[in-house]
Amino acid sequence: MQRLLFGDNQFFGVNHMSEEKARSQAMRFRDATSILRVLDCAYDSGIKVFMCTTHDRVGEVADHVRANLARYAEFEFYPCMPYAHKYANSVGEVGMVETIRRFAPGGILETLLRGAVSAATQDVEKLMQLLVDAEMKRFTGLRTPIIFLQNVVTDLLLGLKLEFLFSAFARHVRTKYGAEAGFITMNLPRLVEALERAGISMPIICANVNKIGFRMCGGIEAYKRVIASGRCRTIAMSIFASGAIAPAEAIEWVCALEGLQSIVFGASSSANIQQSKALIDRAWSLMAGA
Amino acid sequence: MIKVGLIGAGKMGLSHYAILGARDDVQIAAVCDSAGYVTSALRKYTGVSTFSNHRNMLEGANLDAVVVSTPSSTHFAIASDALTRGLHVFVEKPLCLDPNESAQLAKHAVSSGRANQVGYHNRFIGTFREARRLVRTGALGEVYHISGSAFGQVVVRPKASSTWRSRKSEGGGCLHDYASHVIDLMNFVVGSPERVLSAQLRRVYSRDVEDAVYAMLQYPGGVSGQLETNWSDDSFRKMTTTLSIYGTKGKVVADRQECRVYLHPGAEFERYASGWTIRNITDLQPAVAFYLRGEEYTAQLDAFLDLVNGKSTESENTFASASVTDRTIGDIAAAA
Repeated sequence: MQRLLFGDNQFFGVNHMSEEKARSQAMRFRDATSILRVLDCAYDSGIKVFMCTTHDRVGEVADHVRANLARYAEFEFYPCMPYAHKYANSVGEVGMVETIRRFAPGGILETLLRGAVSAATQDVEKLMQLLVDAEMKRFTGLRTPIIFLQNVVTDLLLGLKLEFLFSAFARHVRTKYGAEAGFITMNLPRLVEALERAGISMPIICANVNKIGFRMCGGIEAYKRVIASGRCRTIAMSIFASGAIAPAEAIEWVCALEGLQSIVFGASSSANIQQSKALIDRAWSLMAGA
Repeated sequence: MIKVGLIGAGKMGLSHYAILGARDDVQIAAVCDSAGYVTSALRKYTGVSTFSNHRNMLEGANLDAVVVSTPSSTHFAIASDALTRGLHVFVEKPLCLDPNESAQLAKHAVSSGRANQVGYHNRFIGTFREARRLVRTGALGEVYHISGSAFGQVVVRPKASSTWRSRKSEGGGCLHDYASHVIDLMNFVVGSPERVLSAQLRRVYSRDVEDAVYAMLQYPGGVSGQLETNWSDDSFRKMTTTLSIYGTKGKVVADRQECRVYLHPGAEFERYASGWTIRNITDLQPAVAFYLRGEEYTAQLDAFLDLVNGKSTESENTFASASVTDRTIGDIAAAA
């Protein structure tokens, strides 16, 4: 797993601090070209991984990378699925069964459902595989060494105690895509225990890790303990807590954490990418030297 | 251990299920839904008892409380039955489609002495709570205007198939879905309006229900109010709710992420200087033990369970409070 990953919230109008900022970013990144311009900056500065939702526009980015493989020889995608709002909006609009029909690849659900709806949909694992495959289509021919479950799904399954789906997901991405499963969560300590119960050892987990404890359920001390324990490989996200912590202070704190594997961050400009990367590189090299 | 039964296992029902499932002091004792494919999957994979009829569940499962997340048109009958059985009741918003039924249910809830709460989760968001505090403490001076809005993409094209959300008779439409949240939030901050001056219910894509609601409201003391909601605006990634409150000493603009406060020179208040002060959710939202989709969803169920446990007597979003919101919803429908 790479240590520094580039995130995508800034491209899709996601900002946990300000609706206004989210809107202006959505306006700025209204097409794949404007996204690619920033991605190129990240790639050229040495960040080789794009950790992204399966938003439609990411499909266009994937097409571009596929068409220019020489340019992007080391480029890796860490897809995060599903892009939940697509499904949530659809469930509100047309209901659950229609939503599955809409997003599972053409007609397969029909085959599954032929006969008894209730019996077929009990096969939740098969359904999960179909939805993953539908999301993965856009990454055909590209490197996707880790495939993530988005936090809204991870944490839903965690609360519902449907732990068998964590292992089913891990099994599916390994056998079909040769990838490791990753899990995004807002409840890291609790998730580690559930994943261990599901038989996933040393799971890859991406969670908020920041100095002010923003959206770190279970508390900052529990997070520190589990990250340091070596029971999971942790990727820190939201290290700036959406801008509530100054960059240098945020990075100094996160990089000093024992056991932290990687950091994912997003930025909208070349200058911000370079600044964050330089700060992280420096903090980590100090750590290594200490 | 509090034994909870869930009635309705759709989008909100499953979300409540997961949040309650993460608590050590709650046992999900039964789930009821008319959709067999949901209950049979839940039974198979979690072992929970399932029912297709809420009366059978109330009879057959030994429950302390129920969480009702069914189409709004069914809330009255289900909540009444649960109260009659002596259970604590949490119901999704809006409480009822008929304001008279809401009022009746509110009375029933009071006389039952049971915890009763409606799922207006925005009241548990730190930024809106701070806006309310600033109004209540007089930091804004005399409040003379409030405007509330919500935009999002629920119905963004004409469609052939439909769910209950697109049927008026079952509680569909932007008024009961989106506007109810905003009306309730405005009530939370400045109290309830005494009159609906004018209202428009607009269709954009839907056949049977409105997709946008516009209304002018009048609050006690001559405070004016303005409501604008539109669920057919796909420039918004998800539902976005904003309140602006104007007072003689300044104003506050609050949404889910920020509480932006402007105070006139000389009107400094606590940590708020004159001019703009912006406070964010990172500083205004208390942490929760389990997070799914937003702290507020957990916080509202925590508050409900604290009432059930007797750990708290401070209730928020009671049936009585939600019935006042339903009254305004009814008045807007009548004025349109």
